[in-house]
Amino acid sequence: MIRLNNIVATYTTVRGQVNAVDGVDLTLPSGKIIGVAGESGCGKSTLLKVIYGDLAYPLSLKSGSVQYGFDGSNGYEVTTRNIQEYWFKRISYIPQSSMSSLNPVIRIRKQFIDFVGADRRKKSEMLDEIRAYVKSLDLPPEAIDAYPHQLSGGMRQRIMVAMGTFFNPDIILADEPTTALDVVVQKGILLLLMDIQEQMKNTILFVSHDMGVHHQITHKMLIMYAAKVVEFGDSDDVFEATLHPYTRMLTESLPTIGDDHVREGVAGRPPSLWEDLQGCRFAARCPLVTALCRTQEPELIEHRPGHFAACHHTEKV
Amino acid sequence: MTTVLKTENLKKTYHFGGLVSRVKINALDDVNLSVESDRPVIISLVGESGSGKTTLAKVMLRLVEPTAGSAIIYDQRVAGEGAKPDKREFLSTVQPIFQNPFEAFSAYRTVDAYLQRTATRIKQLNAADSVMAMEEALASVGLKYADVRGKYPNQFSGGELQRVSIARALILHPKIIIADEPVSMIDASLRMNIINLFLSLKQQYNTSFLYITHDLATAYYVSDYIAVMYRGTIVEFGNARGILTRPQHPYTQLLLDSIALPNRKWERKRFAASDIETKEFQFEGCRFRNRCPLAEDICKHQRPKPVVQEDGREVYCHFAEKTNIQLESIK
Amino acid sequence: MKMNLRLKIGIIILAAFVLGSIILPFFNDVDPSQQGTYFKNMPISGDHLLGTNSQGQDIFWFLVFAIRNSLTLGVTVSIFTTLIASIVGLSAGYIGGWYDRIVMTITDSVISIPSFPILIVLGALVRGNTSFVIVGAILIVFGWAWGARTVRSMALSIREREFINMARFSGSTTLEIIFNEIFPYVFAYMVVGFINSILFVINTEAALAVIGLSKVEIPTLGSIIFWALNYNAMFTGQYTWIVAPVVATVILFLGLFLTSTGYNQLYATRRGHS
Repeated sequence: MIRLNNIVATYTTVRGQVNAVDGVDLTLPSGKIIGVAGESGCGKSTLLKVIYGDLAYPLSLKSGSVQYGFDGSNGYEVTTRNIQEYWFKRISYIPQSSMSSLNPVIRIRKQFIDFVGADRRKKSEMLDEIRAYVKSLDLPPEAIDAYPHQLSGGMRQRIMVAMGTFFNPDIILADEPTTALDVVVQKGILLLLMDIQEQMKNTILFVSHDMGVHHQITHKMLIMYAAKVVEFGDSDDVFEATLHPYTRMLTESLPTIGDDHVREGVAGRPPSLWEDLQGCRFAARCPLVTALCRTQEPELIEHRPGHFAACHHTEKV
Repeated sequence: MTTVLKTENLKKTYHFGGLVSRVKINALDDVNLSVESDRPVIISLVGESGSGKTTLAKVMLRLVEPTAGSAIIYDQRVAGEGAKPDKREFLSTVQPIFQNPFEAFSAYRTVDAYLQRTATRIKQLNAADSVMAMEEALASVGLKYADVRGKYPNQFSGGELQRVSIARALILHPKIIIADEPVSMIDASLRMNIINLFLSLKQQYNTSFLYITHDLATAYYVSDYIAVMYRGTIVEFGNARGILTRPQHPYTQLLLDSIALPNRKWERKRFAASDIETKEFQFEGCRFRNRCPLAEDICKHQRPKPVVQEDGREVYCHFAEKTNIQLESIK
Repeated sequence: MKMNLRLKIGIIILAAFVLGSIILPFFNDVDPSQQGTYFKNMPISGDHLLGTNSQGQDIFWFLVFAIRNSLTLGVTVSIFTTLIASIVGLSAGYIGGWYDRIVMTITDSVISIPSFPILIVLGALVRGNTSFVIVGAILIVFGWAWGARTVRSMALSIREREFINMARFSGSTTLEIIFNEIFPYVFAYMVVGFINSILFVINTEAALAVIGLSKVEIPTLGSIIFWALNYNAMFTGQYTWIVAPVVATVILFLGLFLTSTGYNQLYATRRGHS
């Protein structure tokens, strides 16, 4: 279980401070693929960074903490304070663009080894193990010896997935890992992730703005809007028995082949997080809005077992 | 009938590598497309990266010169030998929309500077008329000139900027707008806003579109014709509805099978992925043969010629007859 | 424009120098380079703020005019070199083709000529019988090439960006694209280059003067040092004579450096307007 304790994460800029994640308080189950969806700027990538423990200026954790549900080498539960020690071993991160996180003039295997910090003796053993692991995923083991630019984008991303899962981490965080890739390649990577998860039973947090992808691979869904969580539950429930109007708008906005009925994109823009926001943040774009919505912010309540939503009018959705 | 778009044996070769190992890549390899219509049409050019679709768009926009072959847009010869269209006439007929809305504008200029330049320079309107033209164009994409005037690109969202781009192109009432992946950098939930705009502009302005994308779902929603490309060659071309609901070429089937649909789940079997892309460009025969379930010897040596089917579509496959299977996941 | 501390200090120093060298001369009606105007080697006093030197010149006023001349030379030469570098670099980068090749061949040739040895040789030939203008002209000839190369490579990379195509499809001409689209991105570099060039010119002129290869009768920062060294100011205890110009030079350079890096810092955090 990953426990998110009232997380407020802030970005410090020239203009001042803005809360990119504003009070997220949830328990995430282990061993499942959890999708995190929402428009650009809703805070999903920031949430992932907070969970990974990548809190470098200008991002900071204003309040709250994360409990990871496993114990560290000192015998105590690991929290935000010491999660960095467990990078790659128990928690790993697959970024959106592998090209910008890999050094282009160093071979992939060297970057991985350097990062993991193996000593000389263990290095060659580890490399053999890595090659065997990569092979077991139906990927060419030679790819590890290549420079990043020699591989296609899809292959690079797959290698990143292999590296990220090599130590069988408890938690895998994937931030839009396939957004920049073609559909065929995307499917390959997503299937790979699903296979790995089935075998190793890790928890995967998968960020994407594409609801179609979420529908294919996730067990649970987390929907974010304007730095807050608006819906959370089993994927089937969230897609079919939707409780929040924003989620409904997200699923309805996707065109489908063979389906001819008129689709509309989601209209309007999310509110600016710089302003002082009152009431429900979705009120300005919500088709079900009432006076109550504008003044009182809805809490994230468990409307049905395991299915949470932050809306005053869930019955109407 | 007017020739909307026609390419004849269009070829574009790039050379990579230094003195020792030179690799030749045919980004476009004998591409033959022909669309004729008196009414506006939306043609989708679909394929993954490396398929040649962007190169084809660039040839059409005269940003790249082909190595061989020719191209015609609305009866104007735009590429190939002897292609020297009048600049103003060309710009008034063909206009682009680019993939990254934030890159399409200079960070140091106001966005309406581009609209103004288009109105005064190409359409040669005076100051007052150009303001009217800008207002009209912006209104048809759902924006107000007063909201746009004097602002810089970073004051808009991606979707809004893309609409400003479209408005700029519309000022000239072009016959065709070539849109290179116009929505791939926009959130999935906001894409339909732009796509629906294409449809309404087709009605309102009689504008045709060449829509380049790798997203088949939006292509289905909006296209009259679709051309599927793989490694510089066309593999299937014809009526969009038909091709996307009953694909015949194995690659088209693969593409359709790979879309993440919100209403059906994938089968969980892994498939061989293509990773050595440049090799595939060197193949003598069919480029798709290494990944194709129907591949046989003939595919290694002979490039498939287009086979015209009953519904008028062209399928570039030696086994076009055998591929008439209805795709499971689309039923 | 919100300036950072570095930029503020740099500008204050520069302003002090520039204003000082423009305004102060109005308060003086004696030609400071004329020798024997005053008693020699007088110490610091109310009449002579920095004393006088072995040639009977008032050190303070000599310094003021020296700064003015050095700055004038520096700024004038830099304006020319920056202009030439920008025009050459932008046009070569954007237009490309044979124009680019010809221009770059010329530029590269100028870069590879070692300027300092040539200046020394020229100086030796001319032996101080040169005018200030010629010195400036030579500095311009050697000063534009490196900047041109850098501007060209910037223009090359900007040329590939999408908004250039947007401008083309809006009907902009080549000149308009160079000026409206590419130039803003290159501008910050040019400002920094301009300031650095001032530094370089003053420095080179001073170096030449100290060796005696410039027109040393005209007061410049370098010529003061030349004369002070010539008269062994360090050994005869006339510390003001040698120390004053050195300190002035250091502070001036500090001002230029701070302004240049401060502007660079400021620019890096503000891309475009908001």
